[in-house]
Amino acid sequence: MTQLALVIDLNVCVGCHACVTSCKEWNTSGQAGPLTDFNPYGADPTGTFFNRVQTFEVGEFPNTETVHFPKSCLHCEEPPCVPVCPTGASYKRKEDGIVLVDYDKCIGCKYCSWACPYGAREIDEQQKVMKKCTLCVDRIYDTSLPEIDRKPACVKACPTSARLFGDVHDPESEVSKAIRESGGYQLMPEWGTQPANHYLPRRKTRLRIFDDELVRADNPLKIEGKPLPRPAKSEPSLDDVTSW
Amino acid sequence: MHPAFSVIFLTTLIGVGQGLFLALFTVESYAAFGLLPAQDGRFYALGSAIALGFLVAGLVASFFHLGRPERAWRSAAKWRTSWLSREVIVLPAFMAAVFLYGAAHFTGFNPVLARLPSGAPVNITAILGVAGTALAFALFVCTGMIYACLRFLQEWHTPLTVINYILLGGASGFVMAAALSAQAAPEVAGFLGGWAMILTVLALVGRTAALVRNARLKPKSSLRTAIGVKHPRIVQKSQGAMGGSFNTREFFHGRAAGFVRQVKWIFPVLAFVVPLGLLVAGFAVAAFAVQYLGLLAERWFFFAQANHPQNLYYRAVS
Ligand code: SF4
Ligand code: SF4
Repeated sequence: MTQLALVIDLNVCVGCHACVTSCKEWNTSGQAGPLTDFNPYGADPTGTFFNRVQTFEVGEFPNTETVHFPKSCLHCEEPPCVPVCPTGASYKRKEDGIVLVDYDKCIGCKYCSWACPYGAREIDEQQKVMKKCTLCVDRIYDTSLPEIDRKPACVKACPTSARLFGDVHDPESEVSKAIRESGGYQLMPEWGTQPANHYLPRRKTRLRIFDDELVRADNPLKIEGKPLPRPAKSEPSLDDVTSW
Repeated sequence: MHPAFSVIFLTTLIGVGQGLFLALFTVESYAAFGLLPAQDGRFYALGSAIALGFLVAGLVASFFHLGRPERAWRSAAKWRTSWLSREVIVLPAFMAAVFLYGAAHFTGFNPVLARLPSGAPVNITAILGVAGTALAFALFVCTGMIYACLRFLQEWHTPLTVINYILLGGASGFVMAAALSAQAAPEVAGFLGGWAMILTVLALVGRTAALVRNARLKPKSSLRTAIGVKHPRIVQKSQGAMGGSFNTREFFHGRAAGFVRQVKWIFPVLAFVVPLGLLVAGFAVAAFAVQYLGLLAERWFFFAQANHPQNLYYRAVS
């Protein structure tokens, strides 16, 4: 069985909100009608979004880290939001595990949003139906798009490739490997919702430069024993160009 | 959670209707066994009409909760999994039972269908009454389970939620019945007033138990599990929107902590203590009015106290 999902690398996310705007753009222009905004240019703008990027500060100054945290529906494998829906408007697709809302059936009772511990559902205050991330279901199967574009809009937009998309039930997929090899984890595991989306943790990133890397220890010319000029590290390396 | 007035009125109003019906049928059952003086059919018909009035008012209130009320009929679809769907089915069924029960008494069409071994007659209203009683309890369970089944809302996720819906609804219905009988059937007023007091005391005990339980709750989720960073100090710096969102409106009560604390002390006084005093003094109508106000406050607090784990993601604007 397929379970499509996103894997979000918190080590790479720079909090640029490109996924937010690209998601909004794609999903507000689609068949299902707009994702309504109210007062977009006024003092208290508000509106419906599928995806939000939040920012947290971890640690005590000066030893702090900024964590940018994109948050959208996690397409839980045990979605508590689905069985509570009285109309059947909320459902999980068998074929690919995407959790969707049928906007034509939803009565806007908001009960499903109460049943989602992640606050991933937002009601559209104009259409009065519940909305949430669709994993761009209207995009990923669209054969009129080039294969490389059949990915969620947020994934395509991310400038740092912090967002991976794929089948987490296929052990050989990019996302499964990332989860396996980079310590992927789920949000609020205590509720047993089994989110399909995973997050990759922050890692310590250090840039280490060794001397011999600068002087090219692997230079094949060295094998011939010819001495190479070894400019000091402070000297310009491109004559004539950087010698000012 | 944000206390929505539609739901506050829905749950309190149908609670009165259910309790009142249970009170009526209790009187009829006692009378059938000769434990209470038999009442005129008009008393039951009037009581059923009032109960039905409360139920209809509750139903009307519930429509204000829906974004798309014109599609409300769809909500009967998923009764296999959804308590809300079950409530949507049981409520009209119960209203039908109350209507038929009242109509049978009003028209006097009440033939004896069978006899118990003891010789007590089983007539149509008895059968409708038993069906209505079962439906009234089913409705209490549905209403309570809508809240109790949400395991993330730890304040609600307890059998006490269902028990309290039964006790609070029952108490208010019996107080209403006591007020009604004081005018329409003085012979049973003492009986109903007594039960109204007993149920009010039981409701006080049940609700206090829930308050004590909730005061000792430890939230299962924390910011650590919410974003998966295991550090004791995490502070939110932005929530992705500056002007608020559905998440900041639907899941917060929007009042100061002091206000909530005040309601916590006021509602038990209004819903239980004062009505008890008024019942003892014999002012059943006033007791009902005060108790209903108290129950509105109680329901407001019920919602306001529930702390949704999604709130962890919405602690700071920027
Ligand atoms: S994240 Fe929330 S809305 Fe999405 S599937 Fe899980 S419980 Fe449902
Ligand atoms: S708001 Fe819509 S999708 Fe959610 S539970 Fe109600 S009917 Fe179902």
